[in-house]
Amino acid sequence: MTLDIVQMVLVTVLAAATPLILAGIGELVAERSGVLNLGVEGMMIFGAAVSFAVAMQTGSTVLGALGGAGAGLLLAALFGILTVGLAANQVASGLSLTILGLGLSGLVGANYVGIKRDPAPHLAIPGLTDLPGIGHLVFGQDGFVYAAVALVAAVSWFLWRTRAGLMLRAIGDDHVATHALGLKVRRVRFLSVLFGGACAGLGGAYLALAYTPFWSPGMTAGRGWIALALVVFASWRPLRVAAGALLFGGATVLQLHAQAAGLGLPGQFLSALPYLATILALVLLSLGQRQGGSLAPAALGRVFTPSR
Amino acid sequence: MEAVRSLSAPVPRAKAGPTPLFGAYGIVKRFGSFTANDGVDLEIRAGEIHALLGENGAGKSTLMKILYGLLEPTEGVVTHKGDIVQLPNPEAARQLGIGMVFQHFSLCENLTVAENIALVMPKDLSGRALADRIARLGIDYGLHLEPDRPVWSLSAGERQRIEIVRCLLQDPKLVILDEPTSVLTPGEAEALFTVLERLRQEGRALLYISHRLDEVRRLCVRATILRAGKVVGTCNPREETARSLAAMMVGNAVRAVTPQEGATLGKERLRLDRLALPAPGLHATALRDVSLSVAGGEILGIAGIAGNGQAELFAALSGETRAPDREAVRLDGAPVGALGINARRRLGAGFVPEERNGHAAAPLMSLSENALLSRHPTAPLTRFGLIRPGAARDLARRVIEAFDVRKAGPDPAAGTLSGGNLQKFVVGREILAEPGVLVINQPTWGVDAAAAAHIRQAVIDLAARGAAILVISQDLDELFEIAGSIAVLHDGTLSAAVPSAETTREAVGLLMGGSSDAAPAPAP
Repeated sequence: MTLDIVQMVLVTVLAAATPLILAGIGELVAERSGVLNLGVEGMMIFGAAVSFAVAMQTGSTVLGALGGAGAGLLLAALFGILTVGLAANQVASGLSLTILGLGLSGLVGANYVGIKRDPAPHLAIPGLTDLPGIGHLVFGQDGFVYAAVALVAAVSWFLWRTRAGLMLRAIGDDHVATHALGLKVRRVRFLSVLFGGACAGLGGAYLALAYTPFWSPGMTAGRGWIALALVVFASWRPLRVAAGALLFGGATVLQLHAQAAGLGLPGQFLSALPYLATILALVLLSLGQRQGGSLAPAALGRVFTPSR
Repeated sequence: MEAVRSLSAPVPRAKAGPTPLFGAYGIVKRFGSFTANDGVDLEIRAGEIHALLGENGAGKSTLMKILYGLLEPTEGVVTHKGDIVQLPNPEAARQLGIGMVFQHFSLCENLTVAENIALVMPKDLSGRALADRIARLGIDYGLHLEPDRPVWSLSAGERQRIEIVRCLLQDPKLVILDEPTSVLTPGEAEALFTVLERLRQEGRALLYISHRLDEVRRLCVRATILRAGKVVGTCNPREETARSLAAMMVGNAVRAVTPQEGATLGKERLRLDRLALPAPGLHATALRDVSLSVAGGEILGIAGIAGNGQAELFAALSGETRAPDREAVRLDGAPVGALGINARRRLGAGFVPEERNGHAAAPLMSLSENALLSRHPTAPLTRFGLIRPGAARDLARRVIEAFDVRKAGPDPAAGTLSGGNLQKFVVGREILAEPGVLVINQPTWGVDAAAAAHIRQAVIDLAARGAAILVISQDLDELFEIAGSIAVLHDGTLSAAVPSAETTREAVGLLMGGSSDAAPAPAP
């Protein structure tokens, strides 16, 4: 039966990691194209509020999830118009976006505080899901988890195996050079920002529809910021973002158990542990393989205005 | 002047003879109130290397960006085989068979060679097929590339090879080369010329943009000369002298640099004693027991191929790298090896690094702020730790006037100046401080003839006023023109200095190549 306990722990780890994977992968794509969007937290929480409202109104989890992604996309579009279209400062715009998202989420969610909803349905395949040890982990998740896993694979493939992905990375590396080659710098960046917004919104929707299936103000609790940090420490690589998110999720679950077991360490220290562990692991990882060039997209955060 | 005037007659629109492969007629390009191109006509025929000559800021780059679809002309048309074509973007230009080799390479440093090339290749080309074609082209033209190397690890010559291969893979009918030799060593330039001649024989047209007159006279039989955005003439550069070409580019005869005559050397002002420094990084060079001595009134030239320790030597002289032994570097007899750059400036030294943008000047800051950056230890630009903006602007204005720096607006950002003008500014900024010791790394790199002559003359005049000057340069002509004695830096080792009158380019060239005769500097 220990196998089932291990599985139970792994399921909770994966659940804690999923919103970070979703938001982190989206931000990774935006940053790979050279745009630093610090508004992840805002897009996430607005996505959470809108997804819950839509799901309550329509009764559909799928429409709720789409609504959440759409809400993130909407905020990202605003950010994209400002920073890519009008060459506004990305840091300032991103921070304002977070504040705006927090405010809008309160407005949208005002009528739904305290209402509970059934969590998003989990996959159930007779025979497979009941397999001991791995059945629930592999065949018994909700759609968000599968979407997150698929997203990591798809983005990895896209960035390193397709021509469009190559263009995106090239634009993030040097917008002057790629513009001189005739690549559509601003179009690619705008689309990348939109993608990042939709992913962040989906991550928020996961929180409100599956992780804790209710709406409460501020429920993202800084996960957007953690997703941002994950992208940096993962040196802009999708698999490392996923690994970092899992590590963070694991440490979160572990410290909960440790607190419950009464280890005698201050609770605040244990709560800080996931952050410390994740940062430490990813810093070591990025130190190990540096020999030259730059890990970050070289044009990250720099505004671009073409002359014509 | 008379010769120039006769050449400035308007070029007839429809010349006799075959229709040119590409033509540009009546091109006007305005940026706000500034006219970069003013009614430019240009005809390029298949199988010719056509030179586009002009000073920095004459409008060469603007014209070529229009031909490559990067800029839209305000007025005028581009033709292909006599038909007017639209070039809304570089993709359209590539479709017509126009390829470009950029001066400031348009390469993404963190991508590999193959990825950089794939960026502009047709969509249906697989990675393997591309690697094959890169390899085949490398064999055909002697342009060897390693497809999987990241660009940041490559030298300037290798980077240019990527640009050329990328261009050739599209089988271009017209190849535009913008100042292609400005970053190459002499050997790399020779290899490039061989490739260019081969391309010409294949019937391609080449537009060769340069201000290096010797190269143009060697490669091209037709040249279009631009000055201040206008065509001032077309000619056969082989029938002109370097001086007459320069006169057309500049509008008046280039002032020849007057060398100092019978210089009386003063006492020793700058001295290095067996300076040894480990290599600061993977791609850097260690300095091995470098000794030298420069007296007041003397100009010592340090020749050498890039990457043989020039940057490290400059950093050790300026104080960006501290010497392990404070006695190893002396200014006017005082040991300064442990002092930083500002302390050395206060002792009367001035420094001009190689890289204008980012090392000598902060490109996004204004000229007066840049004046402040290097001159605050030696000029009254601050009071109680606060900046005196008026004094800084005044100093910048004096530099601008003394060195004829052309710029837009009263106090523009340094990055908006053309290369030659910014170089005049950063050199002038140091020279106006009347330093007793001046160290310059590549004083006229990528600078047009007139600006280069101005800078060299200013350096010679400073030496005549008693300063000790150390010039690090890859340009042997420059060193023989201004330096009283020359030493060669090879693999971090400095040869003994010899009077430039007593040596030859060949002898110096041998030492640059690391010939076994390269004797280290004698111990004092």
